[in-house]
Amino acid sequence: MNTSRYSRQELFPPIGAAGQAKLKDARVLVVGAGALGTSSAEMLVRAGVGHVTMVDRDYVEWSNLQRQQLYTETDVKNKLPKAIAAQNRLMEVNSEVEITGIVLDVNGTNVEELVQNHHLILDAADNFETRLIVNDAAVQYGIPFVFGACVASYGMTFPMIPGKTPCLHCLINHLPSQNQTCDTVGVISPIVQLVTAYQVTSALKILTGNEITPSLQSFDIWKNEQAEINVSALKNKDCPTCGSNPTYPFLAYENQTKAAVLCGRNTVQIRPGLEREISLQQLAQRLKELGSEVVLNPYLVSCTFEDFRLVFFKDGRALIHGTSDTGQARAIYNRIIG
Amino acid sequence: MTIQLNGLQVELPESVRNVEDLLKHYQLEGRIVIIELNHEIADKSKYTELSIADGDKVEMIHFVGGG
Ligand SMILES: [Zn+2]
Repeated sequence: MNTSRYSRQELFPPIGAAGQAKLKDARVLVVGAGALGTSSAEMLVRAGVGHVTMVDRDYVEWSNLQRQQLYTETDVKNKLPKAIAAQNRLMEVNSEVEITGIVLDVNGTNVEELVQNHHLILDAADNFETRLIVNDAAVQYGIPFVFGACVASYGMTFPMIPGKTPCLHCLINHLPSQNQTCDTVGVISPIVQLVTAYQVTSALKILTGNEITPSLQSFDIWKNEQAEINVSALKNKDCPTCGSNPTYPFLAYENQTKAAVLCGRNTVQIRPGLEREISLQQLAQRLKELGSEVVLNPYLVSCTFEDFRLVFFKDGRALIHGTSDTGQARAIYNRIIG
Repeated sequence: MTIQLNGLQVELPESVRNVEDLLKHYQLEGRIVIIELNHEIADKSKYTELSIADGDKVEMIHFVGGG
């Protein structure tokens, strides 16, 4: 009996020894080291993917431990950046592969350098804007991008292959005005595992040269419901990202969400680059359900959130009081607005 | 009427007549949704024209941003 590390995976005919050799040479970027990112990265590293890069802007908190499988109480106590805590744990899991953790707020100006030299990108971001930024860079550099997202007990996935399938921008033509996030409606661990199971399966197929179907899939693991749509017909020849005259709009500076520290006020202003009207009433309602003290008037919603005071305006602009760290302010914004 | 939605049999109220009504019924207006009606993807600009009938097979996937 073969007892080598990857023997069980090599016995699986669609991968085999040849597929395993391909995995060893593969370089995969995981965008986000939250629930999806830690789950996917652990599977990739155990599977023997030769190089895994993880990028994340946040640090480990108590509320992460329920589902973010690479982290421990010690990481919370040490306030370790997720990218570093993930790297440390993954190096214990498999010392034969290279792991790079990068602490970075991914945006349109740094994403190109980040994606280069990778064969595949796994999506584990927590907001639409980052996904559309990564999608632009993935299409521009011809790198497959496996989309995945989840909230509550619901999740979805789609494997984007540049030049073959529609891109994410073909499917999402604007930033949604209303959104649910893990910080507003919660999330359970099993849906995370289901989404990453599909994402990593797509990744293994793509990296070992197996065929994939361009299906958008969704699941509600609590309701035991699932859906699948072949979205080939949605490939848009005029798409600004993957169409015949691409402009990669999410990489353009003027379209990016800007975060600026307001002088002497321990406050960061977040301003969406693309028009993004939010419903103040619905937002106020959700924040009240979270137990936050909320003030609503026709122009803004003001509330408390953890140690911060937040003010949201109708045009998507927000003030985050209680921090002068733009990365932290962006993270809070995305946790509420998505 | 009864339709097959995401693989499950669901009973819809009389008020649901077209794809737009279906989105409202499930409180998905203003969200990003892709709908397949009897194996064909529904054109977003025609949601009010696309009527829904008893026995239709609908796949409906809404986008979420968490991760
Ligand atoms: Zn496209």
